[in-house]
Amino acid sequence: MSDSLSLDPTVVAVILAMATVTYATKASGLWAVGRIDLSERMEAGIDVLPGAVIVSFVAPALANGGVPEWVAAAATLATARKTGNLLASLAVGVGVVLAFRNVL
Amino acid sequence: MRSTRKRSVGAVPEGDASAEHRDAAETAPTDADPEAQSVTFTTAGFRQGFLAGVPVALGVAGYGVVFGVVASRAGLSVPEAALMSATVLAGAAQLVAVELWANPIPAVAIVTTTAVVNLRYVLMGAALRPWFRQLTPGQAYSSVFFFADENWALTMASFRNGDTRGAFLLGSGVVLWLLWIAATVVGATAGDLVGDPAQYGLDFAVTAIFLTLAAGFWQGRESLRPWIAAAAVAVAANALVPGQWYIIGGALAGAAVEIATHEPEDPTEVTAGE
Repeated sequence: MSDSLSLDPTVVAVILAMATVTYATKASGLWAVGRIDLSERMEAGIDVLPGAVIVSFVAPALANGGVPEWVAAAATLATARKTGNLLASLAVGVGVVLAFRNVL
Repeated sequence: MRSTRKRSVGAVPEGDASAEHRDAAETAPTDADPEAQSVTFTTAGFRQGFLAGVPVALGVAGYGVVFGVVASRAGLSVPEAALMSATVLAGAAQLVAVELWANPIPAVAIVTTTAVVNLRYVLMGAALRPWFRQLTPGQAYSSVFFFADENWALTMASFRNGDTRGAFLLGSGVVLWLLWIAATVVGATAGDLVGDPAQYGLDFAVTAIFLTLAAGFWQGRESLRPWIAAAAVAVAANALVPGQWYIIGGALAGAAVEIATHEPEDPTEVTAGE
């Protein structure tokens, strides 16, 4: 993986496995409806998953962080809610964390 | 590839004669009946989808650049990052996957997490069925490869307004796919040139990216309970269990809380919780 133009066989295999499960989710919805009846409750549970994965990823990182990370996280969320622009919220988050680390 | 706010997958048509179930959120002013229409699959439909997808794809390209940088920092080469974007085509799942990347690669955790993040596509694919069942299997199953949150939302809004262009999803998906790959290559190439990330506060960048993704998946107060459960279980599991399993543990806890406490939109359905 050190060469920036290389294709590592293991990496390719993992990527293709990711591609396979992703395509399976996209195609199975088309195939399965009418054959499998999901309750509204189950659908709501599935719908929650992507957000819950992201939260699960971020929560320990923030719990292990300090005041600069917490303030930056709040600023990032506020910018994301207001603008919906990734590059803007990214810039605000990184800017705030840098400012706090260097000032305090 | 952020979530489409308020996607209303709860309003997915169930079965064949279900127009009345598609009470459909803000994307469905007229709510046309797909059964009464003849869905076509034409070059013109493809081209119109392609053009309609350009603004959306340009927005997604910003994420592609960021994904490329993160993938490169995680140790993926430019062709590897491009291959992932070309074959997986699922932004949130790809970002989580490259954050899990390590040496040796935790393949099982990565593939399992990808499946969990992408389970929503089952519901989104199901929503396409009333229109796609009129296409040939080849047309339908090749089209679904190219759907992501953004062009799915675009296509559903269009279908519900009475659109019968079955190739619209494919057209809007192909332009998104092309820009997603190109942006990944740009980001991965640039990522190779960046020095020590902590020096510029870039160690916080991934957290900021995920917080922005979370803001996109936020569906108002109803997201609060599952998200608190996910955060609590993830923090506890991260402290107690080695490896990256805290992510799936937290996510499943969030889904379990939602399933247990979900308040149905249909007032005739009895609520079990509370």
